[in-house]
Amino acid sequence: MLLASRSFCCLGIRTYQLQTDLFSRSIKLSASATMAFRHKNTRRIEGLESNMWVEFTKMAADPSIVNLGQGFPDISPPTYVKEELAKASADDRLNQYTRGFGHPSLVEVLSQVYGRVCGRKVDPLTDILVTVGAYGSLFSTIQALIEEGDEVIIIEPFYDCYEPMVKMAGAKPVFIPLRYKNNGNSASSADWVLDPAELADKFNSKTKAIILNTPHNPIGKVFTREELQVIADLCIKHDTLCISDEVYEWLVYKGNQHIKIATLPGMWERTITIGSAGKTYSVTGWKLGWSIGPQNLIKHLQVVHQNMLYTCSTPLQEALAQAFWIDYKRMDDPDCYFYSLSRELESKRDRMARLLQDAGLKPVVPDGGYFMIVDVSTLNVDLSDVDAKQAYDYKFVKWMITSKKLSAIPVSAFCGSETKRQFEKYIRFCFIKKDSTLDAAEVILKNWNKQTA
Amino acid sequence: MSRPVQSRRLEGVDKNIWVEFVKLAATYSTVNLGQVTALSGENHMLHQYTRAFGHPPLVKILAQLFEKLLGQELDPMTNVMVTVGAYQALFCCFQAFVDEGDEVIIIEPFFDCYEQMVTMAGGTPVFVPLRPKAPENGKMMSSADWKLDSAELASKFNERTKAIVLNSPNNPLGKVFSRGELELIADLCVKHDVLCISDEVYEWLVYDGKEHIRIASLPGMWDRTVIIGSAGKTFSATGWKVGWTVGPNRLLQHIRTVHQNSVYHCATAAQEAVAQGFQRELMLYGKPDSYFVQLPKELQKKRDWLVQSLDAAGMKPIIPEGTYFLLADISNFKSDVPDVPNSDEPYDSRFAKWMVKNKGLAAIPLSAFYCGAHKNNYSHFIRFCFVRLGVIIRGGLVV
Repeated sequence: MLLASRSFCCLGIRTYQLQTDLFSRSIKLSASATMAFRHKNTRRIEGLESNMWVEFTKMAADPSIVNLGQGFPDISPPTYVKEELAKASADDRLNQYTRGFGHPSLVEVLSQVYGRVCGRKVDPLTDILVTVGAYGSLFSTIQALIEEGDEVIIIEPFYDCYEPMVKMAGAKPVFIPLRYKNNGNSASSADWVLDPAELADKFNSKTKAIILNTPHNPIGKVFTREELQVIADLCIKHDTLCISDEVYEWLVYKGNQHIKIATLPGMWERTITIGSAGKTYSVTGWKLGWSIGPQNLIKHLQVVHQNMLYTCSTPLQEALAQAFWIDYKRMDDPDCYFYSLSRELESKRDRMARLLQDAGLKPVVPDGGYFMIVDVSTLNVDLSDVDAKQAYDYKFVKWMITSKKLSAIPVSAFCGSETKRQFEKYIRFCFIKKDSTLDAAEVILKNWNKQTA
Repeated sequence: MSRPVQSRRLEGVDKNIWVEFVKLAATYSTVNLGQVTALSGENHMLHQYTRAFGHPPLVKILAQLFEKLLGQELDPMTNVMVTVGAYQALFCCFQAFVDEGDEVIIIEPFFDCYEQMVTMAGGTPVFVPLRPKAPENGKMMSSADWKLDSAELASKFNERTKAIVLNSPNNPLGKVFSRGELELIADLCVKHDVLCISDEVYEWLVYDGKEHIRIASLPGMWDRTVIIGSAGKTFSATGWKVGWTVGPNRLLQHIRTVHQNSVYHCATAAQEAVAQGFQRELMLYGKPDSYFVQLPKELQKKRDWLVQSLDAAGMKPIIPEGTYFLLADISNFKSDVPDVPNSDEPYDSRFAKWMVKNKGLAAIPLSAFYCGAHKNNYSHFIRFCFVRLGVIIRGGLVV
């Protein structure tokens, strides 16, 4: 400390002197300083301070726990992706600010990729905004287009940030659950559907937007063209916007096709489509996402962006752009990462499903995404002596983490308060994990049966 | 739709001067920041999410550094939060604390986003100008000659005042607020129970042996101040977009709430790189090799060169005590760029456009740093950035 203080003196920072002054004056003013302080949070964030990820990621941080909870890969991103970041970081020209709404080479390649996927021209400067993750895109979209007096339809279960973001914008979330359609023995994400009459009932003159997530987190449902048409028809009828969270767009398994609702007739002009580098390239830590849509909507997202963080990281955007160019050029080739990743994940999905079935559970096999939900009530774990107010799945996951060293996420965390009871027997596993992680999970699940028998 | 599709909160915040006067800032080489990601091939978890409120190695080193600078203990988990640049830190502050009906005092000239952000949060910006006092005969004006009028400042505080935004060292003027000036502000904050949002991104860029004083270290201020800093400005790496807030938990808790509901996580690799940059700097603290010593030394030379050149060219520069900006009075050039009476555009804006077109020299009009009502009060100054001096000035300045 002494050495540091002397060094500080060289720079004219007089910490010792400061501490003496501070002490004597603070005695005098501390009374007034602590007495008057009226500053609490603003109305817009009232009630939004809690976040279940804080609790569950802390619990699962113990390295002895097999973490199938929070959705991030522990597999390595492709080598060329890492190499592009190393190259970009070494280039001094990329250390300074780039274009606020998106680094030119990145928006250019995004316009090419999505122009091709959507079958229409996507202008890189007016139809795209690059954001801090898809999370940032959701926030920019909601802040730009949603306000007090608006209602926003959210399909349950939902990625948990939709509700607080809608509330922070002063609007009212209106929930509608996916319901299990009993098809006999099959347990697939396709069994979970919206009731069209129930959905139509949620739309009214105050409905500003509906948030769609396909492929869906946590269930893994890939909405079919017919299902999207039902939603589209209602959007057009009620002049409602569609916020389409498609971060898992490349992760669809055999027999399924990801369809962009923005490509349905009448939908491009009222849809913001959100994508994610983290999910596309297995680089959740890069925190880059994008919103794509018509200029007359994107321009408002750009206004939010310029008043919120102005630019995203230059080297990360450049690296992402280069990775995208590599895969754009091979979009006709099965080796393109957009397709090879989903093939790799399909076998992990199948393995995860088998492990759970062997343990006597009935997993809901997802058609897309990298999550799988499973009904754990059949295990009959008695948790009635634990805090009765907490949902069963919360209690189950906490118990599973501490006693089985395996983590997952409770699905009721993804539901509005009225629907929590419907989903509290489900927990969500993430399977974008390396083989050794899945091996460790297998050991736990195999032994589970033995212990409880 | 019969009503506008966009939300009302965007009203009046859609214009942005940078779209018109876009420029790249520094090209100064950075401190080992490229090495971390070159190594990331070996640690692929650098490519995945880290702790939402700040990568542990980074918040720990920031806490260590600020403990020394402020002379008090800090908890890295509750007294520090990492943001996407200082810009997002400002956004979180205004969203966390400014409600409709709240007033926020902004000292002019100001970094333009303060007004936009206060407005977007539904608050009312209240402006108070720094006023130039003519220097003694023969001396060049310094940023220290621009001062707040204490009675005028006091008159801006009332029961609706939620916060004051302080920016020291100041962009665009380069002013480094003195202890006396900070005490004036602090006393008013304590008296009226007002928060202080202290934008200190240029904290390491002070010249002539001046001291950057942190208002949070003044009595009664730690509990009501949020300090904002920037890796971009600290390490001349603006493109990495890593910033931070430092303050008491009772304020940071609300900033965390905004952050977790807007971007949630910041990029891991960038935070790891900045943490490593700070590790190096803490080891070199006070030594000649320290970037915090080298950078202001180098920039002071460039400042002095630019001051001399502008003076010789007939402009009247204001010597900045800090930052890498300086203002120059262009009133002598009315013959090249005549006044246009009844023009909507402030004089300095037209001058700056003329200068970039005819002299190949880019600068920002000072009026851009004033609110709409005050744009014509100080419209004969332009702001130069001298951090990439060797590249632009020698090539472009021909008068």
